[in-house]
Amino acid sequence: MSATTLSPGPARDMPVARSLGRRRYRINTVIKVLCVLATFIGLAMLASILFTLLYRGVGGLALSVFTTSTLPPGSHGGLLNAIIGSLIQTLLGAAIGTPIGLMVGTYLAEYAQGSLIGNAVRFVSDVLLSAPSILIGLFVYQIAVYPFGGFSGIAGCLALAVIVIPIVVRTTEDMLRLIPATLREAVIGLGAPKWKMIVLICYRAAKQGIATGILLAVARIAGETAPLLFTSLGNFNWSVSLDKPMASLPVTIYQYAGSAFEDWVQLAWVGALLITFGVLAINIAARVLLHRAK
Amino acid sequence: MQQAVTADIKTTKPSSGLGDAIFAFIARSAGLLVLLLLGAIIVVLFLGGLQAFRAFGFGFVVSDDWDPVQEIYGAAVPVFGTVVTAILALALAVPLAFGIAFYLTELAPAWFRRPVSTAIELLAAVPSIIYGMWGFFVIVPIMAEYVQPTLIDSIGDWPVIGFLFQGPPFGTGIFTAALVLAVMIIPFIAATMRDVFETVPAVYKESAYGLGCTTWEVMRSIVIPYTRASVVGGIMLGLGRALGETMAVTFVIGNTNRITSSLFGPGNTIASLVALEFPESQSGSLKLSSLLALGFILFVISFIVLAISRLLLRPRLKT
Repeated sequence: MSATTLSPGPARDMPVARSLGRRRYRINTVIKVLCVLATFIGLAMLASILFTLLYRGVGGLALSVFTTSTLPPGSHGGLLNAIIGSLIQTLLGAAIGTPIGLMVGTYLAEYAQGSLIGNAVRFVSDVLLSAPSILIGLFVYQIAVYPFGGFSGIAGCLALAVIVIPIVVRTTEDMLRLIPATLREAVIGLGAPKWKMIVLICYRAAKQGIATGILLAVARIAGETAPLLFTSLGNFNWSVSLDKPMASLPVTIYQYAGSAFEDWVQLAWVGALLITFGVLAINIAARVLLHRAK
Repeated sequence: MQQAVTADIKTTKPSSGLGDAIFAFIARSAGLLVLLLLGAIIVVLFLGGLQAFRAFGFGFVVSDDWDPVQEIYGAAVPVFGTVVTAILALALAVPLAFGIAFYLTELAPAWFRRPVSTAIELLAAVPSIIYGMWGFFVIVPIMAEYVQPTLIDSIGDWPVIGFLFQGPPFGTGIFTAALVLAVMIIPFIAATMRDVFETVPAVYKESAYGLGCTTWEVMRSIVIPYTRASVVGGIMLGLGRALGETMAVTFVIGNTNRITSSLFGPGNTIASLVALEFPESQSGSLKLSSLLALGFILFVISFIVLAISRLLLRPRLKT
């Protein structure tokens, strides 16, 4: 027995190695469990948010929410003006921002190849993608609200359009770059000018990917609150004119959720339920589309 | 025959050249427009804040006053609140995001990855005002009734760090804001980490496994060293998001213009102060100018953070 402890070699190393191995595997197991736990916490947060929305919001869902405008507390108001205002501002914002974003993405993918300005544009667009949206609201307030003497729906659209641009830029460039060079060469080889190649072939080949970007942009701006506070302001009365303050779902939710009236808070939850499930549905649709595009 | 073809080419060339020139001009102008947009945001916010910068000088940045009655404004409290909540949020979010990314790239069964990835990414799609309501109606009561009293009774008595966990358990405050921010930035950090972890060549990992490494050892000795810069870039991206978050923070931070030593104390951030005070500011007033000056400061801070993030991420992810 004593001979084995003295002599070097495998006979003595085995127990040491075994205990070391056990330790390594124990650490590995602990970390794996912690990672599963982290993922579980992440999923639980999403579940908690969705459950809270359903639990508090479904009870207030009624036809009157969609047929009545916002009214003073206690008089059974709805969210009609906010829903219509949100639709107008979101769609118009996307309609203004998308063509610009599309052209910037085209410039980056087709014209900028490694040029200094191209890299600068890409860099700035990426920074704008994550820039605080409240500052975009302040910016639009200074250029489109203050000089023109009042809050307006069109100012809200402009603020949302600024948010749309970098999202569309990113997906458009990525998708145009996925198009194989052989396809481009074939088109050029037929004698088509470059702009025809881009518009008739590249856009068509990348249309699902580009549509994904537009959908993601719509989903993002549909839930934006902060930029609208300083631009379209919100409006408790029915109004669809673009030169007057305009209601929107997120701003109405913000005003109602912080109020002291129970029916307003209830409507805020209904609005929150509508906007969240709308935004998540658009997101999932965009993902399905992207999956098919790739 | 030959002549006819050359003639065709000659006649088509000028018109197509014109079309190309117009299209290229539109595309280039759009590119320049983005650069102009950034420049315009910076200039407009700075000019808007000029009145406040002139009135208070450099003192604006270090003063902790916010007194609309005497018209004295300072940026110290909201800047402090912005930085503290964002960094605290990072401290909470990074370990969780890393765990999620590790799970998604190395541990999860293949069929399970896509649904879990999608669910985590959907967390990023939830509008920030929803996080505000969720934080206010769900997290704040839990903090006030369970978490804060427990921490105040236990860690609150400790030496050195005890002061961070003292005071009345309001439920709202810096810590709650950081917690909600953490949940909001987890998906951004986790998705970036997942993407960069996936860029590690399989051969490297396989050779480490071949030597008998455990999954964690492969992660620690192969994946993390290989992706270090990009991982930091992902974390900076989360920081940039946390700095400018408005609605969620406004709901849960308590909105007091005071620097408290306790993490449970109320406070404010640049974004929450601007959102709350803006409706009460006359256009052209010193107060509005101070808010725009705060916006300029926030823009500079987040621009620097996001720029660093972009530079660190660029070599790894083709973005």
